[in-house]
Amino acid sequence: MDLKSRLEALRDENQQKIHHISDLDELNQVRVSLLGKKGPITEVLRGMRDLAPEERPKVGEFANQIKAELQANLQERRAALEAAMIQKRLEQETIDVTLPGDEVVAGTPHILQQIMDDVEEFFIGQGYQVIDGPEVEEDHYNFEMLNIPKDHPARDMQDTFYIDSQLLMRSQTSPVQARTLEKHDFSKGPLKMISPGRVYRRDTDDATHSHQFHQIEGLVIDRHITMADLKGTLLALAQHVFGAERKIRLRPSFFPFTEPSVEVDVSCFRCGGVGCAICKYSGWIEVLGAGMVHPNVLTAAGVDADVYGGFAFGLGPDRFAMLKYGIDDIRSFYQGDVRFLRQFQQEG
Amino acid sequence: MNVSYEWLKELVDVSVSPEELMDKVSRTGIEVDSVTRLGEGLKKVVVGKVASLRDHPDSDHLKIAMVDTGDDELRQIVCGAPNIEAGQTVVVALPGARIGGNEKIKRGKMRGVVSDGMICALQELGFSDAIAPKSFDAGIYVFDEPLTPGSDALAALGMDDAVLDFEITPNRADALGMRGVAWEVGATYGNKPHFTDQPVTETGKPVSDYLTATVADPTDAPAYQMRVVDNITIKDSPLWLQRRLWNAGVRPINNIVDVTNLIMLGYGQPLHAFDYAKLGSQEILVRRAKAGEALTTLDGNDHELDPDDIVITNGQQPVALAGVMGGLNSEITATTTTVVIESAMFAPTNIRKTALKYNLRSQASSRFEKGVDVGSINLALDEAARLMAELGDGTVATGTLSATAVKPEPTVVDISLDRINHVLGTSLDAATVTGIFEQLGFGVTEADGLFAVAVPTRRWDIHIEADLIEEVARIYGYDNLPNTLPTTTMTIGAFTPQQARLRRTRRLLEGLGLTQAITYSLVSDEQAGWFELTPSEQTAVAFPMTTDHSALRRNLLAGLIDAVQYNLARKQTDIALYEQGRVFPRSAGHSRPEENEYVAGVLTGNLLSKTWHQAAQAVDFYAVKGIVAHLLADFRLATPVQYLPLTTDAHLHPGQSAKLMLGGETIGLIGRLHPAFEQAEGLPATYVFELNLSALMKTDRAEVLAQPAPKFPAVTRDIAIQVAKTVDNATIEATIRAAGGKYLQSITLFDVYEGAHIAPGQKSLAYTLTYLNEAATLTDEQVTTAFDKVVAALQEHVGASIR
Repeated sequence: MDLKSRLEALRDENQQKIHHISDLDELNQVRVSLLGKKGPITEVLRGMRDLAPEERPKVGEFANQIKAELQANLQERRAALEAAMIQKRLEQETIDVTLPGDEVVAGTPHILQQIMDDVEEFFIGQGYQVIDGPEVEEDHYNFEMLNIPKDHPARDMQDTFYIDSQLLMRSQTSPVQARTLEKHDFSKGPLKMISPGRVYRRDTDDATHSHQFHQIEGLVIDRHITMADLKGTLLALAQHVFGAERKIRLRPSFFPFTEPSVEVDVSCFRCGGVGCAICKYSGWIEVLGAGMVHPNVLTAAGVDADVYGGFAFGLGPDRFAMLKYGIDDIRSFYQGDVRFLRQFQQEG
Repeated sequence: MNVSYEWLKELVDVSVSPEELMDKVSRTGIEVDSVTRLGEGLKKVVVGKVASLRDHPDSDHLKIAMVDTGDDELRQIVCGAPNIEAGQTVVVALPGARIGGNEKIKRGKMRGVVSDGMICALQELGFSDAIAPKSFDAGIYVFDEPLTPGSDALAALGMDDAVLDFEITPNRADALGMRGVAWEVGATYGNKPHFTDQPVTETGKPVSDYLTATVADPTDAPAYQMRVVDNITIKDSPLWLQRRLWNAGVRPINNIVDVTNLIMLGYGQPLHAFDYAKLGSQEILVRRAKAGEALTTLDGNDHELDPDDIVITNGQQPVALAGVMGGLNSEITATTTTVVIESAMFAPTNIRKTALKYNLRSQASSRFEKGVDVGSINLALDEAARLMAELGDGTVATGTLSATAVKPEPTVVDISLDRINHVLGTSLDAATVTGIFEQLGFGVTEADGLFAVAVPTRRWDIHIEADLIEEVARIYGYDNLPNTLPTTTMTIGAFTPQQARLRRTRRLLEGLGLTQAITYSLVSDEQAGWFELTPSEQTAVAFPMTTDHSALRRNLLAGLIDAVQYNLARKQTDIALYEQGRVFPRSAGHSRPEENEYVAGVLTGNLLSKTWHQAAQAVDFYAVKGIVAHLLADFRLATPVQYLPLTTDAHLHPGQSAKLMLGGETIGLIGRLHPAFEQAEGLPATYVFELNLSALMKTDRAEVLAQPAPKFPAVTRDIAIQVAKTVDNATIEATIRAAGGKYLQSITLFDVYEGAHIAPGQKSLAYTLTYLNEAATLTDEQVTTAFDKVVAALQEHVGASIR
């Protein structure tokens, strides 16, 4: 056989061999033994010295070609072996992705807190301040300053926890408004505020009454504040809290600190206004009270009622939550049942 | 106020159904809560005439009545009522009828005798005892007038009349009478009410022949008017009157009492009738009660009066509590022949206080305390006298006694069109506004956009501009107001740093796995003072509803422990709750408590429950301390908080509790509940923490200055030491830090061991010390020198042996 044929035979033989290599160690051995200095190709090339000088480059070139081919074969086999190994490893490492993940414990904000936070953020966005005030309040601010003098029949509407003749547990958050109004310097601009917080009334706790509940009351006073502004503000609030399609309607009512006074209904967010059990088939749900600030309240706080005026409103987060989520027992808010509390994952 | 639709239609034109009326009036004036009919759901109840009556052969009290119910033949009905008599016109429920309580009447037999229906008492038709006429307490109802047998008894009884429940707010006491309601409904629809005031015919002696009337202090009774009706016969009122009363929720008693009630319902003016013969004098004197003066009121209760009470006296003894309730000693009874009628106006505050004090709030007192229409005082009195004379076959004495009187004059309120539009945000024109005032029945004159509005006495709630603006707004219609937002100079809405911090604290705790609870601020006297960081005085409410909620809390934990118990009772054992709210400590000598923002948490059971992949992680002291430390780290306090053993709190485990000290002030606590307390309260191992956020928010913060990331590597050295068990970690760390040198960056405890492999009374701790030089690479020698100092210090100061 001539050199060329021997090289071809070497190639064919080793290509078979390479094809059957089953692991990388073997592949390394084959590579060293085949292409190394003591390998068969080198051996064949040693026979070149017997060739005519003009034949040598041709054979040399052919030998290099065979060598390259075999190298390529080895490389190809290596890639195949490595791919198979990775494949095997992946198979071994495959897990059940449907098994549950680790428990990451996160607590839940109270649903009343969520509603208060939501309303507060809404009004912050409208340029209001959030003002906190004392829960132990003076009769003076809780009643007198709000046009509810002693022995006023309106005091019947809210039976109050007195501590002594002057101090009481505030029955509403409006005393915060009276305090703020008294201090506000109108030369520095209008007053736009809300006051959220706990309030207390002498009620026997049952499904619909609680001696402790929450209120958010708002107050806007400036030179040119109208009842239309009140209506627009409450419409925006109702749509923010209860949905963009909501409508509101105002009905006459009575609160000592506003005149005119209105109660505000929102179109039912369950049925959209066609009538359902939530809205007692009226299409409307009463959600808050409001009105134009009574001149006596302004005067009591030392504000000139001929120049300044504005609106006030009050809403109950407890009532909002009960309506919005269909909660039928107000005591649930205060009992701390973790199953109740944890169901209200924060929205938005 | 129960408003009869039938009665209302006599006073004003109403062209809509009661339900439509309810909706409309609720939108423009006064909320109407419901429309009901006494006879709702009842059927086949007819008028019957008892033709004959015989005894039941097998009963000593049952009677067999043959009753004409308009059918071809008489109907046989067995009846047990003691007051049944032949010739009576009665109420019959026919077979197939549905009566009160949703009961169905069937043909049946009573002791062997067929009974083809039932003769009814009004209670059997659903009347409550509070409205069923007193005269028929013991039996069936008997009509006082002939009615056609077989005709609808429900209609005859007025039970098909719609009754609208007007929810009257304190400012609209004018609608506590049918005439006021008629004005309101009329204003809503633009219809003028039509009232008929029949003149009273005075045929008797001059009223001054009977008695005199005097008011000691006119501010107690600014108007006090009386009439006398003589030769009266007391009897039941006619059906039409009874009907009106029971549909208004008032019980018919007799013709005189019924007339006083009817007039009150009609005019809103409460009246009182005295039996002249029982007065025992010819004098009425209105004055304050003397301290300790006694009066037995009509309900039979004895009262000891005081000088805040206004009383009507016969010159000597009280005969009535003015405006609240009459005295038993001058009550109208069956033998009364001469009646003195009082129509008055009393000082509202006194009436209110007296009614509250003796628990005697009534339809009369609730009207007097809100005020009455001075224009109706004499109209009501005259109509009462006229009607009593008519219904009791009596005569009206000539003249009216007038002890005090108020001249009924309209109140004139001026207002400008600009003002109305300015407040409402509207652009109404003068004609529209004039039209609205006229629709309300107010006198109005307008010139150049200035209105002078003459408000009649019946609307005594109106006296300032704002009152008129409300009237314009509601009649114009709130729906017609535009929707706008306030346009003011710029205002910035932002949370205060404190508000932001409270929000952030809540978010952090939720992120750490605690769920927010809101518990009651009012707790029991005992709970209020639990877990106090600094002792303070208790503040309690004067009249608590229950002993569970009687005092202002000075800790948040008591409420949270209640919540834990609530959960445990419902088989919830893994609990991590926090509350952020106020506590109310009070300093001695102050009446007003402080209000401090606190946050507290309670944890029991597992923080993490066991899963296929995770071991359960039970709550312990260090888990809670980790939560607190994380929260405190967020405050970036300038000085660190110190944890000192807390052994003195009766509710906390003395070996597993710490108080948190900051600059000499106790700002919080962490601990396990005392095992004895846990046992008493039925609690498992429960851990708590409480922090005074108000104090923390006032504390100085560390400044934040940017530091470049270190350019040189840090070096760590570990040290394990053995010390007496009594040496605490804080002491060891302080020792290390003191001796650590300027390159010591941090100390990390990574192991604590006590037990079998160590000498009794000893423990082993292991720390990693991290050294860093910001300016150069630390050499081994530098670190070793520093480290050796620490070793020496530990040996010397805490008796450590190096392991």
